[in-house]
Amino acid sequence: MLEVLEVIFNGLSTGAVLLISSLGLAIVFGLMGVINLAHGELIMLGAYTTFLVQNVCKAFGSPWKESYIFFALILAFIVGAIAGLILERGVIRYLYGRPLETLLATWGVSLILQQFVRTVNWVLVIGIAIFCLLFFGGLWVLNRLPNFQQIRKWVITVMLPLSIGIAAVTGGFLSQTYKLAVTKPWFGAQGVAVTAPKWLFGGLNIGTLTLPYVRLFIIALTIACIIALYLFFQRTSWGLRIRAVTQNRSMSACLGIPTQKVDALTFALGSGLAGVAGVAISLLGSVAPNTGQNYIVNTFMVVVVGGVGKLVGSIVAALAIGTIDYIIASKALLPLVAASKPLTDLVEFFGSTDMAKVMVFALIIVFLQIKPGGLFPEKGRTVDA
Amino acid sequence: MGDEVLPKSRGMKPQQKRLLIEIAVVTAIALIVILFVPPMLVDLGQASRVNQLGRFLALAIVALGIDLIWGYTGLLSLGHGILFALGGYAIGMYLKLQIPPNASIQLPEFMSLYDVKELPGFWKPFYSFPFTLAAVVLLPTLLGGLLGYLVFRNRIKGVYFSILTQAATIVFFNFFNGQQGFFNGTNGLTDFKTINLGRWGTCIQSFYPSIKSWNINSWRLVVAPVCWISKEDINSEQTQFIFYTLTVLFLVAAYALCRWLTSGRFGRLLVAIRDDEPRVRFSGYNPTTFKVVVFAISAGLAGIAGALYTVQTGLISPKAMDIAFSIEMVIWVAVGGRASLSGAVLGAVLVNFAKSFLSEQFAATWLFFQGGLFLLVVLVLPDGLVGWLRSQPIQQIKTFIGIRPQVATYPRIEEDPEIQRERENLES
Repeated sequence: MLEVLEVIFNGLSTGAVLLISSLGLAIVFGLMGVINLAHGELIMLGAYTTFLVQNVCKAFGSPWKESYIFFALILAFIVGAIAGLILERGVIRYLYGRPLETLLATWGVSLILQQFVRTVNWVLVIGIAIFCLLFFGGLWVLNRLPNFQQIRKWVITVMLPLSIGIAAVTGGFLSQTYKLAVTKPWFGAQGVAVTAPKWLFGGLNIGTLTLPYVRLFIIALTIACIIALYLFFQRTSWGLRIRAVTQNRSMSACLGIPTQKVDALTFALGSGLAGVAGVAISLLGSVAPNTGQNYIVNTFMVVVVGGVGKLVGSIVAALAIGTIDYIIASKALLPLVAASKPLTDLVEFFGSTDMAKVMVFALIIVFLQIKPGGLFPEKGRTVDA
Repeated sequence: MGDEVLPKSRGMKPQQKRLLIEIAVVTAIALIVILFVPPMLVDLGQASRVNQLGRFLALAIVALGIDLIWGYTGLLSLGHGILFALGGYAIGMYLKLQIPPNASIQLPEFMSLYDVKELPGFWKPFYSFPFTLAAVVLLPTLLGGLLGYLVFRNRIKGVYFSILTQAATIVFFNFFNGQQGFFNGTNGLTDFKTINLGRWGTCIQSFYPSIKSWNINSWRLVVAPVCWISKEDINSEQTQFIFYTLTVLFLVAAYALCRWLTSGRFGRLLVAIRDDEPRVRFSGYNPTTFKVVVFAISAGLAGIAGALYTVQTGLISPKAMDIAFSIEMVIWVAVGGRASLSGAVLGAVLVNFAKSFLSEQFAATWLFFQGGLFLLVVLVLPDGLVGWLRSQPIQQIKTFIGIRPQVATYPRIEEDPEIQRERENLES
């Protein structure tokens, strides 16, 4: 009995991590058909935000130190949402209808974000700030000129190198004057550690079984996110609009729904959820610039198995993949197949975290032979079903 | 239009003529790359670049394969690293089995580290050179064909296909990484000693000194080839030059194959599948077969490239199955120009040289450059360099700066692409 409970709990907790990190991806993919390869890096940004919030709160002492996680949740959501918004407005909106190119572009963004986290220091931040101030501020000011549209290209060709130049010179000057104080990377290439607040230490004891509080917290957080999403989609007017655009984009546009705003909002929402997932993940281990890479493929598998456009698909898929993954990796089936030698060998062979992934992938391929559209495919008579 | 200008008396259609010109150009470039470039680089004191060029030309073969499936057929594979690595592992296993007969343990040395006493069964066929050569091509081809069949059969396509190939990358990475006793885990197969190239290897080898000291005055290519079967040191300059030559020859062969595939009916069907698959299906074709075949061919090319790359780097490790490496392959094609074979080759060589140069100069910032390259190619240059060169670059720069072209009639009519297209359609 206890073994069954253990399998269920561990499967549930693996599934919860999967689910919370794939929720945002599923929403965005359902609405826009865009696969965001930078999703893992948004998760990573959320985790780093947690690290920063933790350090700030530590400085304030006792009541803050224990409750930093809640501020981290809010802040991580905001950081993720802003990053997502910039990504959507700056890159993805030019690529709608070209999903494969979006894939490549977001991969480029993910590389840049990884390297950004590795090298970010005061010089870089100040340089970027100066550049944005000069370039976008300048454009904003010049936008008031009556003949702006005619001279736009000229303005950009002049302003772009100029702003970059000024930013670079300022950065060089700063690093010459203040030396290491401003050129030292904030995080570096090594991982940083987030310590869970004290009340998450330990676990709930049931007989010989211990359910760690951190895992329980993540499960609770995932459930909270799903409930919040459900309420948002079903009870708010923007939720209604998002659902409408997901079902039929051109019809919604005809009826006056601002699809561009809906796209931007959804993307920000999905990215914000990635940030929240980052908080959860930071509790599980150290946070490194390539943390996001460990999660993306699994989250994609959740989306593929779950099908497009339905939250329930993602939920079932994440829990199923999490449970199966755990069962295979932990060799939980060993007692059941003890009678037959080849089956035991098989279970032993796949009984590690790495090899479990191999098995899960094979199972997913088999599953897609039966249900190519995922668990809950879109209904309708499209040519390309 | 062009038919009337050409002299018909020579009995040659313009298509044939163009083909002959292309063959001549490709042959000339191949000869230059084999005979002139290595001595030139050595003269410049850049001897290490020869090996680099050889490796990048091997990568260009994968790029051709990716161009075939992505540029022409519209299937974005993010998992070609697997097929590349399979070819590499096949030849690597053969090379690891070149154990001197007097050695105490007749096993690749890493196996003793992991307590493997007996050679695993699937290693045994790799004692044979012909089997290895067949495996280099057939293993990736079969795997590609199988995966392609399982996926395309269900009409899974677009981003779904890309994601599945990407997941496959992770899976194979884990498999090769985890099986330390079989494949030496993270370190991969390395430290190759000798290779049995047989008779003709020695022939090329005897050419090598004359090519190395190549200059126009001493035409010393007429060397009596002394041929015998011997075991060669794989890292010697001569052997590496053989691999270099082989790589160029295979690249030319791959180019010819892709050219042949994409020029006829088959090629037109590929493009049709890319542009409107349902319509192809409704016209009575089965796109699945074509997609599986083209994916398998592309996989075979990746396998050959992997083998050639491995013998020139002396290392094959699961890192070749990294997601990042597989996506990089796609960007070579994107930079060069999709649906353009010369673009794929050009892109692979250019991007890789840029990579090695930039990561030598600014090690930390290469990822910034690479990420920027992805964004740039997708947002600004969707047709790649070749596509851009084809579309009158000078004119484009001028219009970008704001200088308008001199036009005979109204600018509205002359500059509207829609009207231009209609006009071309009317004329043709």
